[in-house]
Amino acid sequence: MEEEKDDRFFQIMSNRIVDNTVREFGELMISSLTEDHDTYTAKLNDFSVQIVHYGWSISFVLKALTNFTEIIYEKMDDVENLDEGNFQSYREILNNWIIPLNHSIVDAYSVVWEKTVSLQKIALQELSASLIPVFEKISVMPLVGTIDTERAKLIMENLLQGVVKHRAEVVLLDITGVPVVDTMVAHHIIQAADAVRLVGAKCMLVGIRPEIAQTIVTLGINLNDFTTTSTLQKGVEQALALTNRAIVEVEA
Amino acid sequence: MNLRSSVDIITEWDIVAARQLGRNEAKDVGFGTVDQARITTAISELARNIYLYAGKGKIEIRQITDGNLKGLLVIASDKGPGIADVRKVMEDGYTTSGGLGAGLPGVKRLMDDFKIETVLGEGTTISASKLLR
Repeated sequence: MEEEKDDRFFQIMSNRIVDNTVREFGELMISSLTEDHDTYTAKLNDFSVQIVHYGWSISFVLKALTNFTEIIYEKMDDVENLDEGNFQSYREILNNWIIPLNHSIVDAYSVVWEKTVSLQKIALQELSASLIPVFEKISVMPLVGTIDTERAKLIMENLLQGVVKHRAEVVLLDITGVPVVDTMVAHHIIQAADAVRLVGAKCMLVGIRPEIAQTIVTLGINLNDFTTTSTLQKGVEQALALTNRAIVEVEA
Repeated sequence: MNLRSSVDIITEWDIVAARQLGRNEAKDVGFGTVDQARITTAISELARNIYLYAGKGKIEIRQITDGNLKGLLVIASDKGPGIADVRKVMEDGYTTSGGLGAGLPGVKRLMDDFKIETVLGEGTTISASKLLR
């Protein structure tokens, strides 16, 4: 019966990994019967991690289980001396095995997914808004990607904490990597700049691409209180000038 | 040609999905980077309005033709509270959410054609289009 189930797998996908994974799935099913609970749970978790890693859908795995059950029923029809009475009890035994197996697979699978998603969320948060001190009194915050409400809050917090921590006098907000600057993003940037001013530093907006500049003007957003530049490089030069410094070439 | 596609706006991240779709469609029609940014920003504003004021709704994007000109039509529809004073929301700086109040008048300027249909208590449909010149 195990063999037949395997055949059905191969009809849908074919590669070497499938072979191993299918064998593992078979072992897992047997393990749920023969081994103690802890061993089974450990095997189940390993298996879930693996199928998530391969990108297999949960419905695919559950379908295999359903197919397996169907095959068993088909086989039961072939078995002689199986009357109504013990067919019922066989079915009960089978259900008591398959249904909890089904549940535990769904649970394990969703736990692995939730973990993956929350890890990625943390990773994204770490990437999302870091203030980098580049020179004495000058810090840069490169913004990459979409700014939503949650991230806007994070930007504000990191910006203010960073300004105080690094004793920055000029902060450059680099929006080169922000795909869309709409009124909401602009609003958050203006608020962040106001707050930076309150803690005694100056905020500059750098990395404004030409198309973004045109959109901002059309939208009617007022950024007159900002010093803005097209590139980070120009921004750094201006920031150095503001703190009475400059980069000079040295003759060799 | 009347290709259409839509995004349901339910969470804040659907706004990103809507403008991604808009950007792809705009690219497909042949708009340049500046117009792509304009259309994407307009979609972003409309989608955010749905998310902020109506809770949920839909952004529909259609490729259109007007004579020899190709273009893009964006339809933002919701079954939210509707807009009480349409003239007021089209004023620059008017806001009920503490924002900049540049959203709708901004969208009107970003696009070529702009229409609001709204019924109090029943919802709002905003259509905005831009032609490729």
